[in-house]
Amino acid sequence: MSTHALNAGEADATFYLAEEEDHDHAGGDGGTMLGFWIYLMSDALIFATLFATYGVLSTSYAGGPAPRQIFELPLVAVNTAMLLLSSITFGMGMIEMEAGRTRAVQAWLAITALFGIAFVGIELHEFAGLIAEGATPQRSAFLSGFFTLVGTHGLHVTVGLVWIAVMLVQVGQRGLVPENKRRLMCLGMFWHLLDVVWIGVFTFVYLLGVLR
Amino acid sequence: MSALDGNHDAGLHSHGDTHGHGSRKSYLIGFALSVVLTAVPFWLVMTGVLADVQTTVLLVIALAFVQIVVHTVFFLHVTTKAEGGWTLMALIFTAVLIVIVISGSLWIMYHLNSNMMPMTAGAMPPSP
Repeated sequence: MSTHALNAGEADATFYLAEEEDHDHAGGDGGTMLGFWIYLMSDALIFATLFATYGVLSTSYAGGPAPRQIFELPLVAVNTAMLLLSSITFGMGMIEMEAGRTRAVQAWLAITALFGIAFVGIELHEFAGLIAEGATPQRSAFLSGFFTLVGTHGLHVTVGLVWIAVMLVQVGQRGLVPENKRRLMCLGMFWHLLDVVWIGVFTFVYLLGVLR
Repeated sequence: MSALDGNHDAGLHSHGDTHGHGSRKSYLIGFALSVVLTAVPFWLVMTGVLADVQTTVLLVIALAFVQIVVHTVFFLHVTTKAEGGWTLMALIFTAVLIVIVISGSLWIMYHLNSNMMPMTAGAMPPSP
């Protein structure tokens, strides 16, 4: 970066190289974090279409059960608490990651996974109860929309659990290398976004469903 | 050259420390706000303290939007600075699309029946 005898072209080339170095240096998260964020935004659009579908179909009971008759709010409240707790425990894991404490990161990841497993378990219990009562996805358009929306969210949480398991193995094998930090940050965004989607689910599906 | 590189590194480090993750304090503030913003709507609906259902509905929806903003700021760390502002731009764009998709679908489908041509008895399929 000497300042003498540079023509405009060389100055441009130097500037470009400096920018590349910038990207490599930022923990290897050059375009990855933004790219993963844009994936998450497209995932949010999938949920938007499912919310729209549910909104359109939510009063089409076809003579079947209405939300008030089948939703158990105490169970949903417990489920919501599980997901919220898993969000804060993941956050604690991210703070330990910044501090470079591998064992603590693994412990918080494991706790997060336990809350996630509890969430999916309670949801499956709820689904099993609904199906046993005859409130199956085939019963009415309302129930089709309900199972599709809530089931897609549950499937995402399940994929997040698999990802947590993979990260536990990777952190165990290689420690907190830059690649694993980058992956953990992506996983964190994914996990927190699922919690944001769940706010929409418990508000618009469960709470407003019971009020209807 | 070396002096310049040194500056460069220092700049990058401060950059790396300020974006993408929050402090323990910001996570705990976000968590405390979320607990309140979750507990209040559940309490409103489960106890039915407000006699007026319409007010309860509006309150529950308002609290959900506040909680979504809290999660976005304290857990997802979307700020005007993160990734040069591009995460915020992508989020705003997505929010606009979500509003169009959801409100547009509801608007069209709720008015579909009333805007359909009335069906005469002859045009109806025979009842089984």
